[in-house]
Amino acid sequence: MTLSTPTPEEKTLPSELQPFREQLKCSFEMIDEVFEDCILDAQRRLSDEGIKAYLKGASLICMIGRGVEPVLQYMEVIPELAQKVGEEVITLISDGVWEASRTPNGVSIPPFMATLGEAGRRLGSLEHIQHYLEILFDMMERTTGSIHGHHTTEPSPGLPDLLNQMPYLLSQVSLEGLKNWVDYGVRNYGDHPERQRDFFSLQSADSRAMLQRERHGTLFADNERNLGIYLQALWQDKDYLVPYSTGFDELRQPVPYYDKLGMRIPDVYDDIIDNNNGNMLVSGIDRYRAVLAHMVAHRRWSSPIIADNFSPFQRITIETLEDARVEYLAIQEYPGLKKLWLSLHPVPIEGECNQEGVSCIRHRLAMLSYALLNENHGYQNKDILQTVSEFKALMQSKENTETKDIVNIALGYITRTRRQEDQAAKIFFDNTTVDYRDDNRRLWVFIEDGDEEEQFDDHENKKADEEEEIQALPPRHYPEWDYNTKSYRPDWVSLYESLHPSGNPADIDKLLEKHAALAKRLKQILDMLKPQNYVRIRYQEEGSELDLDVAIRSLIDYKSGSQPDPRINMSHKHDGRDIAVTLLLDLSASLDDIPAGSSQSLLELSQEAVSLLAWAIDKLGDKFSIGGFFSNTRHDVKYLHMKGFSERWDDDVKARIAKMEAGFSTRMGAAIRHAGHYLGKQKADKKLLLILTDGEPADIDVNDSKLLLKDAHKATAEQDSNGIYTHCISLDPKADEYVSDIFGSHYTVIDNVNRLPEKLPQLFLALTK
Amino acid sequence: MSELDIEQYKVTSEPYYEPQDNEVTWYQAAYNARLPVMVKGPTGCGKSRFIEHMAHKLDKPLITVACNEDMTASDLVGRFLLDANGTRWLDGPLTVAARIGAICYLDEVVEARQDTTVVIHPLTDHRRTLPLDKKGEVVTAHPDFQLVISYNPGYQSLMKELKQSTKQRFVAMDFDYAPAKVEASIIARETGVDADTAKKLVKIGGVARNLKGHGLDEGISTRLLVYAAHLMNQGISPTDACKMALVRPITDDADIRQTLDHAIDSVFA
Ligand SMILES: Nc1ncnc2c1ncn2[C@@H]1O[C@H](COP(=O)(O)OP(=O)(O)OP(=O)(O)O)[C@@H](O)[C@H]1O
Ligand SMILES: [Mg+2]
Repeated sequence: MTLSTPTPEEKTLPSELQPFREQLKCSFEMIDEVFEDCILDAQRRLSDEGIKAYLKGASLICMIGRGVEPVLQYMEVIPELAQKVGEEVITLISDGVWEASRTPNGVSIPPFMATLGEAGRRLGSLEHIQHYLEILFDMMERTTGSIHGHHTTEPSPGLPDLLNQMPYLLSQVSLEGLKNWVDYGVRNYGDHPERQRDFFSLQSADSRAMLQRERHGTLFADNERNLGIYLQALWQDKDYLVPYSTGFDELRQPVPYYDKLGMRIPDVYDDIIDNNNGNMLVSGIDRYRAVLAHMVAHRRWSSPIIADNFSPFQRITIETLEDARVEYLAIQEYPGLKKLWLSLHPVPIEGECNQEGVSCIRHRLAMLSYALLNENHGYQNKDILQTVSEFKALMQSKENTETKDIVNIALGYITRTRRQEDQAAKIFFDNTTVDYRDDNRRLWVFIEDGDEEEQFDDHENKKADEEEEIQALPPRHYPEWDYNTKSYRPDWVSLYESLHPSGNPADIDKLLEKHAALAKRLKQILDMLKPQNYVRIRYQEEGSELDLDVAIRSLIDYKSGSQPDPRINMSHKHDGRDIAVTLLLDLSASLDDIPAGSSQSLLELSQEAVSLLAWAIDKLGDKFSIGGFFSNTRHDVKYLHMKGFSERWDDDVKARIAKMEAGFSTRMGAAIRHAGHYLGKQKADKKLLLILTDGEPADIDVNDSKLLLKDAHKATAEQDSNGIYTHCISLDPKADEYVSDIFGSHYTVIDNVNRLPEKLPQLFLALTK
Repeated sequence: MSELDIEQYKVTSEPYYEPQDNEVTWYQAAYNARLPVMVKGPTGCGKSRFIEHMAHKLDKPLITVACNEDMTASDLVGRFLLDANGTRWLDGPLTVAARIGAICYLDEVVEARQDTTVVIHPLTDHRRTLPLDKKGEVVTAHPDFQLVISYNPGYQSLMKELKQSTKQRFVAMDFDYAPAKVEASIIARETGVDADTAKKLVKIGGVARNLKGHGLDEGISTRLLVYAAHLMNQGISPTDACKMALVRPITDDADIRQTLDHAIDSVFA
């Protein structure tokens, strides 16, 4: 906030302004120094009524005991704000400040006042300003004094941080976005001062991720698959796409690049809009494609060259020509890329870098780059013209140009054009940044670094590496539904999948023997369900075969002169089964319980039931997989692979079931999503996800008992829209209290758990009959 | 039945077929030995066209049956129909082909139910006979008769596998979309579009084929590329023709549509 510098000598207020000064009840000396300027400004912008309110408001703020600063801020900012959004804002602000001063949050008043200028510019309507205040007051109330239960004695830890970030926040998100973001922070870190501060000062990753979601533009997060498809379809390339954030690292703007770990691209791209008419020039998604296409072109056609032989200027010139070469080749494949890249390339104006002692090296190279991409560049510079024509000649001379082919052209250009001023510290930057291009780090190898092996690794090797990395099952991230905000927390849960440890398969065979009688009964049902059945449908006008009985009857009718029944054919209907099933087992600690009236633990009963079910499904030939899960906070959800769709019911699988163990908690949503992820990929008419659990979703890092329940419900709904039918089998006698909140009517509570081994297969058969 | 007009099954004018390999010679050899042939390959890559071409070349009648899952053995072999004097037997296409010595082409035979496919067994081994159980007749195949089936291995479903005992009665030939240059000349020749347009269409075909297994079950077939060219001949702009013939039919996946649309715009810039 800049205030007009008070002149050193005492100011005397013109007499006609004196009455105004008297209305302002505030005796700080500083006030007198700026009063004249402020009131003149106010007179220009406000009505008489408004001026009254203005001075009254300032008097009120003077009384809150926060010194002169907030009064000055108020006086400075209000006239302009009130003129813009209406004079009601005058008292709105002063009353707000007064109210805040009655809480322990007085320290936040100056930073609050400091946000008003920016808020006024961004928000632009009274209604918005009101919302803005509501958000702040809501945040303040919810974070004040709740720490040790001492009511309203402790100030809000996060409020000053929030206010300090406000100009940035307002430039990033809509008011609604701000509200969501603040709300999220309060709910999750409301009673944790340290983390609250981290959140509101944008220090924590979580905070940035949440803000990201509220931002405008095309988010990488929303387009990851789309871009993967783009790489695969147009370029037969694939790699991890790693987003970086542009919003935070302000010292050095990150630039796209690729290395062994993947292709780094910004996490968000705004559409580029034509300022003259508001038309969209380039969409966010096309900007992503432009970056990826450029990097892919390097990956295809560039090979590293040794850096040590070249000066830095020579290197950047080589980079410029190499960028142009790979783009030229890519444009041969997809001519449309030219238009796209051109629309993103800066257009340096010939002669615009003309100051004394300023380095024009970037400017000259950007001009060259532009001329190489656009033959209608219109430049006169003969060095550029010569280089462009050398480049054209090279590209047309053969199909398979290489990186080293452009080196001589590059060196020729830089030698001819080098200037003394190129070394100058001051560099001309205007129209020189080609932001869809990567930093070319993979173009160079440095002999001296001795890191040749890594640097020289050829394409084959790299591909193999990538395959391997992708095979090595990194954690999968799943969102979690937050019913408070009705929004997903992005990538909230980390899920690790691994193979379930193995025990002795013979144990399972023993269990099955024990249930031999049950198995026999099941077998009868299974035989009936087996898919070889054809059903005969008679009385068809058109059918596959003549139904002789009916036909003869018809013929007799016909011969005897009465109306014959034309429905003399029959056909067969194939009573097929095309089902894929996943059984998801809750392996949380409560499974070790031994239920009342039983000699076996839930775990043992589950083992028996699962074995019988697996045996039955295997007999039926349905596609079938088994997974187990438990969790220990959102950072560690384990998903254990017990049987895959392609595995038979054999000793390997039995061994894993034999080793089933219980532990930790039940974060059900993530497990459902993961199981659904695999099941969804199966090709089957019907997909069934069976969940066997003994309690409600819970985890040690969640206090709100409803949260994981609602998330599990959401996860089920997601499966449903993906064509997966979810059914829960609960062993919890209290399940009725919550299970329908998750699974609707798709659940069964097993009251007498001793009968689980019998019930589970029966239930499955009933569901799939 | 003897008065059946064989000529109606002859392929009168020569169907254009651009060989990709030595398939013409191979097929001729298989025919000379009267071996049943299986042609495998993705949809719309020229299998049917090839068989038509060969039937013409060999000057043999060709009877084509498009198989579907509702098809029963009677649809192939024949059935009794009711008429004024009682019932009358009508030969099915397979029986007709066996009687007159035609090449019988069962298109997409996996689509038919397995109990249907077994009726071809006695025709495809040394017996070369076709028993008509209902009629109480055993038809001995005409010396010129040959059975050809087509099979698209792309559908990865247990339900759509041929039985080993069926598979092992055929010699097989693999087909695939022709290499880019050949495919372009096929499109140009079929539709009269210029070489450059044909080349661009093939490029887009390739883009979609890269997505096979990444969200697409099949890429864009030669047939669809030919369709797109036909639309352009009708005055539809290249990008619209491509979107209509190449993208809309094959997928409803928004991401894939966007990507293919973008590819079309990039190629026909
Ligand atoms: N080698 C080729 N020579 C000439 N035309 C071809 C060739 N390959 C494909 N075509 C063109 O592709 C079209 C589709 O080919 P065809 O109908 O033979 O496909 P198919 O392999 O039998 O497909 P499906 O499995 O769906 O029946 C043909 O009509 C023709 O225009
Ligand atoms: Mg065909």
